[in-house]
Amino acid sequence: MSQSQSNILKIENIEKIFQIKVSSFKSKNLYALNKVTLEVERGKTIAVVGESGCGKTTLGKVISGLYQAENGTIKFHDQDIAHKKPLQRGFLQKDIQMIFQDPYSSLNPRKKVRDILEQPLKIHTKLDKAERMAAIEKTCLDVGIDLSYLSRYPHQFSGGQRQRIAIARAIILNPELVIADEPISALDVSIQAQVLNLMMDLQEKLNLTYLFITHDISVVKHLSDYVAVMYLGEIVEYGTKEEIFSNPQHPYTKMLFAAVPDIDNPMISEKVLETGEIPSPIDLPVGCYFAGRCPLKDSDCEKEHPLLVDKGDRYKVRCIKV
Amino acid sequence: MSEMLRVENLKTYFDTRKGLVKAVDDISFTIEKGEILGIVGESGAGKSITGFSLINLIDSPGEIVAGRVLFDDRDLAHLSEDELSNIRGGEISMIFQDPQMSLNPVITIGKQLIETVIYHNPETSKQDAYKKSVDMLELVGLPAPEKRMASFPHQLSGGMKQRIVIAMALINSPKLLIADEPTTALDVTIQAQILYLMKKLTKEYESSLVLITHDIAVVAQMCDKIAVMYAGRIVEYGSNQDVLYNSKHPYTKGLIQCLPKLNEEKDRLFQIPGVMPSLLDLPEGCYFSDRCPYADEECKIYPETTTIEGRQVSCHKVNQIS
Repeated sequence: MSQSQSNILKIENIEKIFQIKVSSFKSKNLYALNKVTLEVERGKTIAVVGESGCGKTTLGKVISGLYQAENGTIKFHDQDIAHKKPLQRGFLQKDIQMIFQDPYSSLNPRKKVRDILEQPLKIHTKLDKAERMAAIEKTCLDVGIDLSYLSRYPHQFSGGQRQRIAIARAIILNPELVIADEPISALDVSIQAQVLNLMMDLQEKLNLTYLFITHDISVVKHLSDYVAVMYLGEIVEYGTKEEIFSNPQHPYTKMLFAAVPDIDNPMISEKVLETGEIPSPIDLPVGCYFAGRCPLKDSDCEKEHPLLVDKGDRYKVRCIKV
Repeated sequence: MSEMLRVENLKTYFDTRKGLVKAVDDISFTIEKGEILGIVGESGAGKSITGFSLINLIDSPGEIVAGRVLFDDRDLAHLSEDELSNIRGGEISMIFQDPQMSLNPVITIGKQLIETVIYHNPETSKQDAYKKSVDMLELVGLPAPEKRMASFPHQLSGGMKQRIVIAMALINSPKLLIADEPTTALDVTIQAQILYLMKKLTKEYESSLVLITHDIAVVAQMCDKIAVMYAGRIVEYGSNQDVLYNSKHPYTKGLIQCLPKLNEEKDRLFQIPGVMPSLLDLPEGCYFSDRCPYADEECKIYPETTTIEGRQVSCHKVNQIS
C-alpha cells in the first residue's frame, strides 16, 4: 500500500492514436503513444526526454486532459482520468497544471496579469474577490513578480518574466502535479538558469511533483529524480537519474547522450554521422522501432517487438541486447 | 594562414520611430582561411544583424552607418547591389535558422539547387549543374539524393531540409559561409550530424565559417575563435580556449557558469540577475553594469577595449577577475 500512496500518478498502457489522412478515402493510424506505462512519485521530478516526434508532449497533454487517450488508464487520486475531458474531471483538474514552452503564446495578450492569474481561482475556487487578490499577491511573491506588474499586459514583459507569470498561473491553485513542457527552451541562457532555480525553489516550498518534458539532456541531469527516455511513442528506458546517467543501457539513450554538446567535453566524434533520423510513426516495423538506427542490431531485433523489461530497483529497459 | 575577412568598426543602426537602435555598435574582428569564428550572445545582442551586415542584407530602416567589411580587397559595406548579388550565394553564402523558410515551397529541391549553380556560373550546362547538385546532396549525407532532387520541401524532415540548405550554400564552393543558428530548430542527434559536417567541410575546403549561435556548448565544439556579444557590442573576443575556459569578462564568465553541466552536480545554478537592457534604453556607461557583480563608479563610463592575455575584453574590472 505504501507504494501506491507515494505514487501520485499511475499511467498504464496509455495509447493515443491519431488518424492521419493519406488519401481522400484512406486514413492510417499514427500511434503517438504506444502502451506507455509510468508511475510518478509524489514530490519528485520525472523527466521525459526524447527527440521531437517521440510523443513526449502528447503524453503531457493526455495527462493534463488536453487530449483523451484511446486505451489505457491514468490513475490520479484513485480515479481513472485517461478518457475524461477537463470538465468531466471536476476538482481533479485543479491538481494538475501545465506550463507551456512558449510564454509568448501561452498568455492571453488581451488580459492583464492580474486577470490571467485570477481566472483559475474564479473557475476552481469559491474565494471572494479580496481572498483572490490575497492569493494572487502571495503567488506573485513566490515567483518573484513585482506587484506593480499586475496591471500590465503580457507584451510588456520579457520572455523570462512571462514564463514567471505562466508559472504563477500554474501554481496558484496549489496543484499537486505540474507538467512542464519544455519550459525553458524558448528562453535565453542567462534567463534559463533563473527559471530553473525558481522551479526548484517552488518544488521545495510547495511540495510539487514535476513531470518535466524536455529535449535538453543537461537540464534533465540537473533537476530530475527519474528519467524516462521515449522513442516513437514508447518508453525505451526508465530509471533513477543516477542509473540512467552513470550507466545508460539502451543504445538509443547512449546515442542521445553522445550527441549532446558539452562545454567540458567539446569533441564531436565521427560516430554521430551514423545515427540517422527518427522514422515516421506511421507504418512502424514489426520488430524493434529503433532497429533501423541501432548499432547493435541483428536479425533477432526485426522479428519481435521487445518488451519493456523491469530489471528491478526502479529500472526498466526495452532492448533484447541488454 | 591568410586573412579571409576583416571587419573594422562596423556600425549598423536602425532609425526607428521609438529612437535610434544601435543594433551593431562598433565591432571589429577578422577571420582567417579555414577558420571558424563563433558569435555568441543572447537574443537581441545583435549577432544576427552582424551576420546580415557582413553581406549587406540590411533593410530599411536599418543601415550600415560606418565601418568596413573587407573581403578580398573589396569593401562589402559599400558595394553596389549588383556586385553584392554576385557575391551572395557565390563567394559568400548564408544559412538561416529555419530551413523551412529558406526553401521555396513550390519548387523542387533539384530546381532550386540547379538555379543556384547556373546563376553564378551561367556557362554551366543543365546536365552538369544537375550532376553537381546530386554530388553535393550526397556529400551532405542525404540518402537517395537523386530521388530527393524531385522532392518538394514539405516532403522532407527538418534535418533533411537543413542538409539541403547547407548543400545549397556550399554548392558554389564559397570562401566564406555565414551560418545563423543553423541547428537551433533541430534535434540534438541531427544537430550533432550537421555540426560535424559543417566543421569537416570547412576544414576540407579551407573556407571560413562564421557561426552565429546562442549555444555556448556548440561554440565550444566548433569554433577556433569566439566573439561574445552583449547589447550590440563585442565584450570579449579571442581564441576558443581563452574565452571559454579562462574568461575575463564577467558576462562571459556568468554565461558559462549558469549552464547546467553534465559532469557536475550542484543544487542551484549560478544565475545572472536581471535581463539584457533594451537597445532603446541602455544604461549609462558599461551596458552590463546593471547585472554585474563587480560594477562600481568606474563603470559609469563605457570601458575601452583592452588586450589582455591574448584576447580583447571591454571591462574596467578585468584585472580584478581571476
